[in-house]
This record gives sequence, C-alpha cells and structure tokens, in this order.
Amino acid sequence: MKKHVCSLCGYVYDPAQGDPDGGIAPGTAFNSLPGSWVCPVCGASKADFKPA
Amino acid sequence: MQPLSIANDVFWLGDIDFESRDFHGYSRSPLGTTYNAYLIKDEKNALFDTVKEGHGPILLEKLRQVLPPEKVDYIVVNHLEPDHSGALPLLMEACRPEALICSPLGKKSLEGHFGSRDWPVRVVTSGETLSLGGRSVRFIEARMLHWPDSMFSYIPEEKLLISNDAFGQNIASTARFADEVEPALLRKSLSEYYHNIILPYSAQVLKILDAIAGQGLSVEILAPDHGLIFRRPQDVASTLEAYRDFALQRPRKRALIIYDTMWRSTERMAHALCRGLADNGVETVVLNLKQNHHSAVMTELAACGLLAVGSPTHNNGILPLVAASLTYLKGLRPKNRIGAAFGSYGWSGENTKILGEYLSAMDMPQPVDPLKCPFVPDAAVLNACEAMGASLAAALEKHCAAACS
Repeated sequence: MKKHVCSLCGYVYDPAQGDPDGGIAPGTAFNSLPGSWVCPVCGASKADFKPA
Repeated sequence: MQPLSIANDVFWLGDIDFESRDFHGYSRSPLGTTYNAYLIKDEKNALFDTVKEGHGPILLEKLRQVLPPEKVDYIVVNHLEPDHSGALPLLMEACRPEALICSPLGKKSLEGHFGSRDWPVRVVTSGETLSLGGRSVRFIEARMLHWPDSMFSYIPEEKLLISNDAFGQNIASTARFADEVEPALLRKSLSEYYHNIILPYSAQVLKILDAIAGQGLSVEILAPDHGLIFRRPQDVASTLEAYRDFALQRPRKRALIIYDTMWRSTERMAHALCRGLADNGVETVVLNLKQNHHSAVMTELAACGLLAVGSPTHNNGILPLVAASLTYLKGLRPKNRIGAAFGSYGWSGENTKILGEYLSAMDMPQPVDPLKCPFVPDAAVLNACEAMGASLAAALEKHCAAACS
C-alpha cells in the first residue's frame, strides 16, 4: 500500500501505521480513509495529499 | 512608552525591537520589528499573545499601567513560536489566569516548548466563542499560517481581528498604525514578510480569506503580532486583497538574476544576460549573493516571473552561497515562474546541470538552454549571454500572457 505525503506540511501517511489518534487503524489504505479525515499535523484535507 | 488604546478598552502592550535584524532565525528584518500583544478589558480581561523573551518585563510594565496583572482572566496563545510565547512563563506567573487558551495543535506546541506545567490549559477549536462580558472572542484556527498551531482571535463587537503572524510586517517604528507610514514602505514590508514567512502556505491563505469573506466577518481593525495595525477600512481591505494577490502568484514581466562568482567570469555573464533582458523590455534586477542575504533574494523574486541563476563550477559542484539561496527558495515553494541557468567553469562543468535540477525541483521550466563557458567569457560568449537574455524576454512575455489568459 502506497504512502501519501501532505503537500502543506510534509506529513507522510503510512498505511502500515494508520492514524491511531485520528481513529484510523493500521493497515488502512489511503483511498479507504473517510472523506472527513484530515492531516493530523496541519489539518489539510485528503485532496491536499499526493502519492509519496 | 505608554500602553496604547487601539479601540475602546483594547490596548496594544507590545514592544518595539529596533535592533532586530534576524527574524525567526532564517530571515532578515532590515527595519527591525515589533512583538505585539493585546489586552481587552471587560468583565473578564483577556491578554492575546505575549512577546519575545527578554521583552517580557516591558509587556508586564505596560500591563500594570492598565490593570493589575492578577486581574487578567485569560491568556490567549494564538501561536507558540518563541517571539510570541517567550514571555509566557513570566506572564503566567504574574497573572495566574483562570485559563491559558490555545488551539488543539497549540497544546502540542505548548508541551513541546515548555514541557508539562501545571498551567490551566483550555483548548478551543474553530468557531468556539469565549464571552468576556460585554464582548466575546471567536476563535478561528489558521492551521499552517504559518504553523499547525496558528489561530486568529476575532472580536465581533469591535470588528477586530487579532491575526498573529499573518498580515505582519517587520517595521520597527514608534508609529503603531499602518496609515501613519508611507504606503510604499508598508506594501514592501508586507510583501517581504509574506514571501519569506507565509508563501509556502498560499493555498491556506486563499482558504482563510474565503472563510473571512464567507462567514461574513466584518473586519475594521486588523491587528497582527508584528508591525503596524490596520485601522481604516480601506487599509484592511487593501491588505486582505494584497494577501490574495501574493497567494495567487501571478507571474510578473520582471526578471531576477542571482549569482556568485570566483574570478568574475560568471559575474560578467550575469551582466550581459541583464543587458539582453533589459534591451528587450524586461526590467531586471541583479543580485550578487555575496552581498545579498537569501531572504533579500526571495523579497526580490516576489515580483519576478523569471529567475536566472548563475554559478561557476567549483569542486564539481556549485558555489555554496548559490546552493544556500536555492535551498531557501525551494522551501518557500514559489510557483508560476520560469528559470534559466548559466555560469563559467574550468574543466568539468557540472554547474548548469546542478542549477537546472534546483530549478526543476521548483517547477521552473527552462525555456532556453543553459549557457556555460570555459574559464573567461570572450566577446562571443557575452554576445551569446545577451542573446539568451533576448530569448528569455520573449519566453517570459509568452509565459505571462499564458498565465493571464
């Protein structure tokens, strides 16, 4: 599963780790993240992420 | 200096740093700066932001002239960077407020800067309001303007927006209001500040400007944490408009040439390139990087649609000051510009390839092939530099026209 990087702050979403603080379990693919999910560092939306 | 009333029972309690030339540790403040903190006196009293460490006693003294520090009920921390939070421990000790108010990411920054303290932290999110009695504070998270924790505080009853670093300018002056200084100086300082601090987050700027317009926030006083306060409707409107203009980064028909040089070969090429551009109607500025700090380069690039970079080959690479400036510029994510590379070399000649890689990393296409010359440019090389300038002038014209259509 592919990592995605936030174009605003540089945070990397790693599917292997998920985003536990944001309620996202490890193993969740980027495309499976809910539309309401935002970057845990800067609050950017999913649309602001690009494949790493 | 006395505390200054900027609205009914709203006070500026900041300090003027005439000596500062190093801003945030990476940029220059050639005119010094100020650290602005604000106090609203109401049934509950709220202090918005503090100042850089070392300037805290001045803030505290000004506060005492308005009310006893222990009467401060809330300290709002819109941003944790040390030029606004350095005096926070001093103020927390003197005021012992009911709550220290910050954004969710501000809480993280707070712990990162000050460790765990027994401060009464209250986290607020966008849209939450805090009543002060006669007035209220509405919080607007302004994430990445310019840190994740950044927040604005809006006081609807005063139509006052306390915007932290956004809309700041590095101007040290006893003038406190934007209408008290030359408009050209103000505009230049606003641009210098934007392009060195805020530029990477231009997408967020457009979002927050839309949010201000969309939520119908009427702003009559715009109070940033550095520099001058905007108190006339036309000044507020033109500042918001200036930010939209900066954020859109429309290319300008103006060129910037930056270079460093060993034995003046690359310098001669820079000046020949400048002649070629100027003779073809493009206003051009040349900056020697030995004399110009990287933040001065960015300030100049703000109004240029073309960046031409020159470096000789040195030890199979480029000169370090050129690499430093390009690294800085790349981090600021300039957009919608075209690039060009040139320079002299002795034997191996990697310079223009490396310069081109930096330009590509900034999405700056090179419409004209790089130009390099062995050792010392002769008349033919200088003519080729002038011709390169002419070609770049035509390419810039085309680039600007395409961006406007």
